Amino acid sequence: MGEIKRMDLEYSQLDSDRMRINVGPQHPSTHGVLRLEVEVDGEIVTEVVPHLGYLHRSFEKHCEKLNYQQIIPFIDRMDYISAMNNEWPYVMALEKMLDIKVPEKVEYIRVIVAELNRIANHQIAVATFGMDAGAFTPFLYYFRDREAIISILERLSGARLLYNYFRVGGMAADIYPGFKDDCLNVVKQVRKTNAEIMKLLIHNSIFIKRSANVGILTPEVAINYACSGPVLRGSGVAHDLRRDEPYSVYDRFDFEIPVGKGDVGVVGDCWNRNIVRVHEMEQSCRIIEQALAQMPETGDVKAMIPKRIKLPKGEVYMRTENPKGDLGFYIVSNGTDKPERMKARGTSFVNLSVIPEISKGYMFADLILILGSIDIVLGEVDR
Amino acid sequence: MGLLNRLDDPYEGGGIVLGKVEELLNWGRSKSDWYLHFGLACCAIEFMAMNASHFDFMRFGTIPRTSPRQADFIMVTGTVTFKMAERIKILYEQMAEPKYVISVGSCSNSGGPYWEHGYHVLKGVDRIIPVDVYIPGCPPRPEAFEEGMMQLQKKINQQAIFNKRKRIELEDSTKDESNKES
Ligand code: SF4
Repeated sequence: MGEIKRMDLEYSQLDSDRMRINVGPQHPSTHGVLRLEVEVDGEIVTEVVPHLGYLHRSFEKHCEKLNYQQIIPFIDRMDYISAMNNEWPYVMALEKMLDIKVPEKVEYIRVIVAELNRIANHQIAVATFGMDAGAFTPFLYYFRDREAIISILERLSGARLLYNYFRVGGMAADIYPGFKDDCLNVVKQVRKTNAEIMKLLIHNSIFIKRSANVGILTPEVAINYACSGPVLRGSGVAHDLRRDEPYSVYDRFDFEIPVGKGDVGVVGDCWNRNIVRVHEMEQSCRIIEQALAQMPETGDVKAMIPKRIKLPKGEVYMRTENPKGDLGFYIVSNGTDKPERMKARGTSFVNLSVIPEISKGYMFADLILILGSIDIVLGEVDR
Repeated sequence: MGLLNRLDDPYEGGGIVLGKVEELLNWGRSKSDWYLHFGLACCAIEFMAMNASHFDFMRFGTIPRTSPRQADFIMVTGTVTFKMAERIKILYEQMAEPKYVISVGSCSNSGGPYWEHGYHVLKGVDRIIPVDVYIPGCPPRPEAFEEGMMQLQKKINQQAIFNKRKRIELEDSTKDESNKES
């Protein structure tokens, strides 16, 4: 046996160059196939560069090739977690162009399914955010509840995830008997679980330690980057198209716009962005209850659906409040049954652009949390 | 046919079950498959629901792994774009033998809705890696996931695992002959 050699390290001489590492596209905790090129100085993130295009599915090309009704399924596949909300601005844009007034009942069905889908979206967002912080149980709770929402939407439209339920001027099918009871049960269950989650996750001290004061997005930066949805509201800006630019029948409901108040951490950090989603579920529940009470019993949901859609020449832009923020569609029509050009303002894409700004100077492990708190869907980022 | 079924009818009244080692190994392999979950698009969300308690995918003995080196099979769930295709091939090559592939959803089966105009979509993941089980649907229903998993277990159960080298040599030599003939 030889003598053990001691290595004398002169710490001041150690080279501590910055290192560039890749996160994704295959990584357990990136959301989807995002690739982040991260420059780290030890554990501290100094630069983040998102690389896109791993899920580019040629959405705009499809829009040029297909006629107006055929485009709806492709819109589902943009933000696939909240497909109902996606279809809405698109059909509204066409209705605006064609000057169609949809029946009252259709408006209410749309509000209800969109709010149900909003709850489902936020459930996934909060659940996966919890998972990023190391909490697995909320995931199981939320997915159990989400199954109830999915089964309502499935009975309406026939599909579990990508519904293709909206039509220009109406809906693909009427509601089924017992729809109201099912919705009320869901509302009850969502409230119960949220009360549980509040104790289990949101006010859990480990979770607070990890997510409060991390990834602070100031209101000015958020507005400069055109963020919207819970990302903007988490920074304390009460901007919600449902109230500020009421479309459909949203002006008839009484609901609040939750914003991040900084009761834990500071306004605009990950914790506040997350809590906005939990409170929004409650507001969606309120809207659903009111809409169910106001919904007219009779009415033909298919009465106004035109056989062939031919838009007049011109252009139209329509935006609505998606669970993730403002989603807009810009359609240029040349008078035929296919759009000349169509552009979508993807919410996730815009919200993602703020990542390099807010993740600088935090630990590498926090980067994953910051990404989770922004709640992106790569289908909408890359399109 | 399985080994476990013979527990009720053991040899000479107790303690001994007759069977082949191959059966035992295959039984073990098929009932504890670890997979590399490669969620790409919408199908991955359905797969998340599949993993949650309502459908409980883990009852098949599957555990999600995040590294290809620990995985027995890879689940390609979603649209494979050209940019992604390269990575999938690398990941597949990093996996240790024996390895299997499940292709989930129309997109990775054939290009799905993006088959005709999708200029950036690979028309089926089987163009770059060999696929064992295809699960159809857009997205597939959870029942379809279950069926696909059962098909994979069936496939593993029936595999011959002894004398692999010899068999491969034999295959190669017959292939060479047929190549010469043609
Ligand atoms: S098969 Fe359908 S659900 Fe699955 S990734 Fe493709 S478009 Fe999405």
